[in-house]
Parts: sequence; C-alpha cells; structure tokens
Amino acid sequence: MTNDGKYSGSRYDLAVEKLTEIAGTIYNQIDKGQIPKMVIPLRTKSNIRFDSKSAVWKYGKASGARTAKKLKGAQMLLRTMYMLEFIEDMIEEEKSSTLREMYYISEGWDKAKFGAQEESNLLAEDLEIVTGCLREDFKLRPEEAGASVIGNITITEVDRKGRKKKINCRDDVGDSGYGIPYNVEKDKVEIKDVDADFILAIETGGMFDRLVENGFDEDARAVLVHLKGQPARSTRRFIKRVNEEKGLPVVTFTDGDPWSFRIHASIAYGAIKTAHISEYLATPSTEFIGITATDILHYELPTDKLTDKDVQALKAELTDPRFNDPFWKSEIETMLEIGKKAEQQALAKYGLEYVTSTYLPEKLGELGLMKK
Amino acid sequence: MSSIAEEMAKKQKEISVAEFFEKNKHILGFDSATRALITAVKEAVDNSLDACEEAGIMPEIFVEVKKENATDFRVIVEDNGPGIVKKQIPNVFARLLYGSRFHAIRQARGQQGIGISAVVMYSQLTTGEFAKIWSRTAGAQAANSIILRLDTKKNLPEIIKEDFVIWEKEHGTKMEVHLKGKYVAGKQSIIEYLKGTAIVNPHARITYVPPEGPTMVFERASEAMPPQTKEIKPHPEGIELGELLSMAKDTDSTRMSAFMANSFSRISNRVAREILETAGIPQGMKPKELSIEQAKAIIEAIKRVKIMAPETDCLSPIGPSLIKKGLRNVLGEIKADFYAPPITREPSVYSGNPFVVEVGIVYGGELNKEDPVQILRFANRVPLMYQQGACVITKAIESVDWRRYGLEQRGGQGIPFGPAIILVHVASTKIPFTSESKEAVADIENVREEIALALKACGRSLKTHLGKVTRKEKTKLKFEIVAEILPKIAEKSAKIIKKPVPKLNGTITKIMNIVWIDDSVEFVKNKHVIKINVYNYTPTAKTMDLILVLPNNNGFKISKATPEPTVEKEGVVLSWPIKRLPSTESMVIGLELSGGDKDAYDDNEIYVTGIDPVSVIGAEPLPGDWDVEKLIVTETPAEEAEVPEEEEEADYDEEGEVLSDDE
Repeated sequence: MTNDGKYSGSRYDLAVEKLTEIAGTIYNQIDKGQIPKMVIPLRTKSNIRFDSKSAVWKYGKASGARTAKKLKGAQMLLRTMYMLEFIEDMIEEEKSSTLREMYYISEGWDKAKFGAQEESNLLAEDLEIVTGCLREDFKLRPEEAGASVIGNITITEVDRKGRKKKINCRDDVGDSGYGIPYNVEKDKVEIKDVDADFILAIETGGMFDRLVENGFDEDARAVLVHLKGQPARSTRRFIKRVNEEKGLPVVTFTDGDPWSFRIHASIAYGAIKTAHISEYLATPSTEFIGITATDILHYELPTDKLTDKDVQALKAELTDPRFNDPFWKSEIETMLEIGKKAEQQALAKYGLEYVTSTYLPEKLGELGLMKK
Repeated sequence: MSSIAEEMAKKQKEISVAEFFEKNKHILGFDSATRALITAVKEAVDNSLDACEEAGIMPEIFVEVKKENATDFRVIVEDNGPGIVKKQIPNVFARLLYGSRFHAIRQARGQQGIGISAVVMYSQLTTGEFAKIWSRTAGAQAANSIILRLDTKKNLPEIIKEDFVIWEKEHGTKMEVHLKGKYVAGKQSIIEYLKGTAIVNPHARITYVPPEGPTMVFERASEAMPPQTKEIKPHPEGIELGELLSMAKDTDSTRMSAFMANSFSRISNRVAREILETAGIPQGMKPKELSIEQAKAIIEAIKRVKIMAPETDCLSPIGPSLIKKGLRNVLGEIKADFYAPPITREPSVYSGNPFVVEVGIVYGGELNKEDPVQILRFANRVPLMYQQGACVITKAIESVDWRRYGLEQRGGQGIPFGPAIILVHVASTKIPFTSESKEAVADIENVREEIALALKACGRSLKTHLGKVTRKEKTKLKFEIVAEILPKIAEKSAKIIKKPVPKLNGTITKIMNIVWIDDSVEFVKNKHVIKINVYNYTPTAKTMDLILVLPNNNGFKISKATPEPTVEKEGVVLSWPIKRLPSTESMVIGLELSGGDKDAYDDNEIYVTGIDPVSVIGAEPLPGDWDVEKLIVTETPAEEAEVPEEEEEADYDEEGEVLSDDE
C-alpha cells in the first residue's frame, strides 16, 4: 500500500509522481479529442469482497467512470485538477493542511469549489485509491482527534519539537488517558511494552469513564480505548498495531443499535468507505461483546424504540456482505423483531458496579479473557 | 329543451307561470341565493352583448351590484346597444318565452327568451319590487323609463309606470332589479363570469362595480366586431317529429314538395321529391294534412336520402388570434410562461346543427402546479359556470391522455393536474344544453370527439414547448461543461504536466454531440424579426432541412429572408436546406415578416427533417400526424462514419449509496 521499499525517493516524491500521472492521463484524453474521464473502483456495499489472505473486506473489481460528459463528473475532474495542484504545491513547500482547511481553500477554486466537506474528503480518498498512496502522503490530515487510551502499555511518541517521549498509558496520563495522534506510523509512535491481556474498545465516553473509575483496566488487565463513536483511522491503526505487534486480542463493547454494529464492523472487517486500506486498518480477530439484541432481552435492559432511520440501517445491514454470517443475521433480525435498542450505560439499571462485576466478566469469561 | 318550452306553452293555461317557475327554479338558474345573483347579471349581460352585436355596435357594458341589506341586492346592467322600441320593452323584459330569436336559427347567446324575464320575475317574487327599464333608440329625443310587473297568472307584462327621461346616452338600455341573493367571490362568482365573458368577447369593454372593493374594467383587446352571424333555415337532419308537424301546420306552402324545399336548408326541389317518394307521400299533398305516421316516414326518408351538410358560415368562432389576445388581456396578471396557439376546428355538424370547437391552453407562470387544471367552458361566447362534471367539455378533457402532452394525470384519464388553464368554446346555431339553465353541454359523441381533437392539437403545441424547455435546460448544463469547466480542466492539467494547453474542439463535440438551434423573435418597427442560429456541436458535418411554420391565415408578408427559403406552403411553411454544416461551425437564418400585429407571432415553430432528431436541440422532428400538407421529406442521408459510442460505464458519482457507516 505505502512506499514499502520499492521506491527510492520519499513517500512524497512518489505521491507527486502518481498525481502527475493522473493529470497526464486527463491531458492526453483532451489532446486526442476524447471526453476526459477517470476510472475508479466503485466504493459501494455491493463491491466489497472478502480477501481471505488478509481476512478483511476490500474493494472488488467493479469500477465506475467519472467523466466530463456530465456536469457533476466534469466538476469532480476539475476539482481533482485543483487538488493535485494544491497537494503538489504543499509537498514542494513542505507544508500540510487539514482536510477541513482544504475544504475552505476550495472557496477560491471557482467552479471547482466543494459544496460540502464530505465531498472533499471523498475526493481525497478517491486519490488514495487511484494512486495507492495514503492521504498523509498528500500532506492532508484529519482534524478529528484520535481516541483516548488507558492501560498498562508504554509507547514512545515523537513530539512537535522532535523529541522522543516515553509514555506509560496508565501511569503517565490523567484520567482522560493518552490521546492517539492522527499519525501513528512508526516514525511517530513506537509501541514498547505491554503488560495487559487484551484491548477493550469502548464506544461511549460515559462507559469509558465508568470502567476507569471502577479500575477495570487494572482489575482485568485491560487496555481501555475510547473510540469516540465511529473510530478515526488513527485509532483503528493504533489498535491494529498493538494487536499485530504485541499479540493482544481486541474486544469491542458498544451500544446496542445498528450504528454500533457498524463501529464493530469497521474495526473488525474494514469500512466500506476505506476498503482500499482495510488491510492496514482492520483487525480481523476482533470480538464483539455487545450490547446485542439478545443481551437486551437476556439482561432485560431499559430500551428506546428504533427510529425509522434505525430500521433502515438494520435492513441495509442485512444485505451488507460484512454482516453475512449467522450471528449477525440473527442479532439484526432479533433487533428488528423487538423494535428496540439500548445504550451500554443502560446496564446501570443494576447498579454502577454491575458492568464490571457481572456483565464484562461474564462476556469476557466466555472468550477466555477473564475468569468469571 | 324545446320540449320544456313546449311543455311550458301547453301548461300556461292550466298553471300559473309563477308556479312553473317555482317548480323549475333549478333549471332556470335560481336554485340558490348565490346563483340567482350571478344568473341575473349573466342574463342581462348576455342580452346586452347580443343586442350590440346584432346592431353592429362595439359593446360597452356597465355592471353594478349594490348591497341593500344582508339578503337584498340591486343589480344594474347598462349597455350602449341599439335600444328597444317602447312597444317591445314590456314583452322583452316581462314575458317568458318572448324573444325575436326563438324561431331563428343562428349562433346567439340567448335562445329561448326565458332568461331576462325570469330575472324580472325572480326579483319581483323575492323582494316585491318591480324592474326598472330605461331604453333609448338612436334618434329618439329621450329615453323611455318604464317600471314593469310580470303578471304571473297570465304570463303578461303590466306597465306600472312610464315616463320619458333625459339620458346622456345616445342609445342603449339599462335594467335595474332588486332581488334576494348572496354575494361570493371565487370560482363561481360574478367576477369569474365577467372575466370569462371578457376573454371570449375581446371586442367588448366591461366595467364592473362590485358591492365592495375597487371598480374593475376589462378593456377591449380587439377593435374588430365579430362578423355578423347569418340566419339559416333548419337542416333536415336531426329534425324532431313535433317540430316537423308544427312547421307543416304553420307553413304558407300549399304543396308538400314546396314546403320541404322552402322550409329547410340544403333541400332542393329534386331532393324534396326524392324524400317524399322515399316516404311514399304525394308531392302535392297539403302540408296541413300531414299525419303523425307520414311525418315519421319523412324523418325516416331523410336518413336515407343524401343531403348536403348544413352551411356553416352562420357560425362565428372567435378565432385563434383573438382567443390568445383575450386570454392574455384578462389573465395577464398570472404571467403565464406559454400561451399555446389556440385551435379553431373546421365546422362540423351534429343532428343537422352546425357547430365549431375552439381550444386554448395557458401554461406555467403563477398557476399552481399541484392543483387540477382550470377549465374555462364557453358556449356561444357565454361562460358556463355550473355543472362542470356533466358537460361534454369536461368529458372530452377527461378522455384525453394528457400525460402525452406534459400534464400529470392519474391513470391517463380524468381531469389533469398542472399549472394550466384549458379554454374550450363551442359555438353552434343550437347548443345542445343538458337543461334550460344552459350550464352544461350535452354529451354528444360528435361534439366530444371534435373537442378532443382540438384539445390534442393544442396539447401538441404545449408538449413541443415543454420539450423545448427541458431539452434546452439539459443542454445549458452541457454548455456549462464545455464553456466553463472543460477549458479549466485542460488548463490545469497542462500546467501540472508542464505542456501547452490542448485544443478542445474534439472533446467539445463529443460532450455536446448535438446540433443546437437557437431562435428568437423580436417585434421591431412593425416587423417581426426572426433569427435562427444553427450550431453543429457534433464530431461530423451535418445535413438537414429546417422548416419554419407560421400561423395559419396570418396575413404576413415576408419582407426579407436570408438565405432565401423554399416555400412549401404559401405564407405558412418555409424550409431551408442545410448542406454539410461542418463540425463546430454555425450558420444564421434571418427572416422579417410584416403585416402582423405584435401579438400575432411570438414563438417560432421550428422542425427538422433529414437528420436524426435526437441529436437536434431547439427544433422538433417533423410530426407525421400534423395537419398541414405533407411535405416532401428528403431522405435521411447516411451519416458520416459516426464515432462509435463508448461502452456505457457505471457513473462513479451517481451510485448514490451512503458510503459512511456513521449515522
């Protein structure tokens, strides 16, 4: 995926070369009197395939064309040209920008101005797919903060002044934990020692704080990671590196609703939107410990009614290849049947200790990660 | 309806007219307080317009409705007609079934002589007040002022008071009645009736003073009187038994053959002999001795003998140009996008009665898109306000599949939806109303079919217009691509790879791949200046014939044309052969028309042949079914080797799937 040694120049030189190739293709098409177009793998649910070698979901062979025949396609091609120029300028001037900054810079691009930031994010991903580079190679970074980590794991991070700092994520941090930076590649972050049995990735801040307060990291020898909703790339990458480099199993613990199922999917199987880098972001061995629809029934949890959007999302998951196994099918169908969802904090119904004294030991015990 | 009249006449001796009126209020248009008020205005205005037209006077009509108290209204209608001689005033206003037109066969608004006297009677019955009439004939020293009562027992007028008054009008009639009613605005209202009247009578100037609010004036849209309608004898086809018997009784002829030839139109002596022979009736028999059986035999014989269709010059259609003017004049404030060229069909015949159908469609602007279309129904230039559902006009509209013509319609039948007004006018010497109240035209197959044909013809223009609009919008997007976006893509890509900016022609023609026809009409110095630009935005040279259709009977003269067109139909259809217009090149056609007024021409009707119409924007393919003479269409030449269309790939940006796993 990245500059894994085949190329002698820097990752940025490779990015410039690849981006210039795109401009060259468009130029040649116009020069030959053809309608300019770019062919890109379709980033759709129906075009992701399970790659048995890496055990994650990647884009399949179906592709679509972005052509100047249609107004939207023409606009996207023009945006692509502007973005190429912008990236090459940044690389030359050794600057970088956030995705949001690039969105605002497009204000000056006239007809190529982005209508919403989502459009510029998607285009940046398109360029990753076409060039095989990462958006970091384009000097683009997300503005969203990475997740927080608390647990007995020691890392080193090169700080903004270029100093390598050693940080123990339990002893050297406050109650909000170690903040994962947007870049967690080896040149920035090294994972040194780990004295824990597993990573527990938690969806909500409330539950993360509850487990911290109850001392669960120490009692259960767990590295707690607060995902902050749908996890950022760097969070997923960090989890994968700890899993691969230190052999720590990963467990996700989320709310019981369709969106939480997708949080697990993006960690375990790869996200549809970033399937071109699933291999780099996803941790296929990740286990899900709820809240499932069965848990809602079994633990008699307080619930909310599914909204129309929830129902739609669940139905979409029934045709999502990532969820095409008996476990998910049955959980999704059960949730549709009962028409209810529950938050992970609903476990507080049985007291503040219940989650750490009963629920998690039961669930983790089944996986052999904790003694019941 | 003549049966009602006959019934009335028969029963007059037995029951009082007032009783008859009371029983038949609904068919006379007085069944509700709201409707009574509208009927009062309508009958008076219809009479005024008829009187003015018969006398060849441009109508100037004044209508006032005053509110007297919660339930009572005073209606005043005044015209500049020829006036009525004193002797006739009582009979015209206060005697049911009295009217000069009862036995005349011609196109007129009033037909039975019931209307205005019914108004007088209604006012008398509801308020006890008598009608006041002023009338002055040309040359008279003063106007007659008469207060009239209708003797409801004898159906005879009674003069309560008469006098002479000084009136500044040289001639005209004024009527004032006091009646119970209810004033409303909206779809069925006096204002709507007067609006409708103004649309189909663009030669009339109508002033209206409502009970509240400002005075409204509908100015003339035309300074020309409609042509006088001719009186004709009844046509034998469709004659009814009772009618034939009473005609035979009343005739001065002494022989059946002479009676037949003299009393009917289109019956020559030879045809009269043939009918009588077929019916087995002696030529010399006295008409007065005609028995019912013999009359039946004659009616049967008429069906078997070939008789010419009735003459149709007794009809006075409004005409396409005046319908458009009338619509624009009255509906101007809704700023419609499009007035489809109105259609006036050739006269046709039902049961021996000539009739003609006219249709106009107004589209867009401030008209509501969500509502059913508005229907404006007219019979002999009179707006029909009630019983829309029972009317053949509505049925004809419902029978057309409007989806083909750009309006929404559930299941392709019923009243269509969309921002449109559909006007239908039926003119006839005898409108087949469903009832005496004259609010709906009976569903006669022949009439319905004629209306449907006119609707479809008008609908085609609407569709052509709408097609033009959407295709031009689509093409505008393509223009945006090639004019604004593509040059920048080329420029940027050239800059990035450090090469000169490439030429765009080839790419432009592939993206556009159309022949673009851009046209305009301007009215400059009493001339219509027409400009047609033809651009070839395709990768190959194009050959085609371009056809321009001018309105029928337009009176235009071509004062200038570059290049010189081929005249396919004198003054109406012009064509220009375009030979090998090279890729990316354009040509201009210019035409100047003199002799028409501004409104007579405002939209070019352009067609093409000899080219694949899909690749042409701004002109329609020459329709196979159109009603001008068929043009000699040049064979479509073999297109130069077209670049094969690239295989269609999925559009990357149109997948429309939510990529994000987020909420």
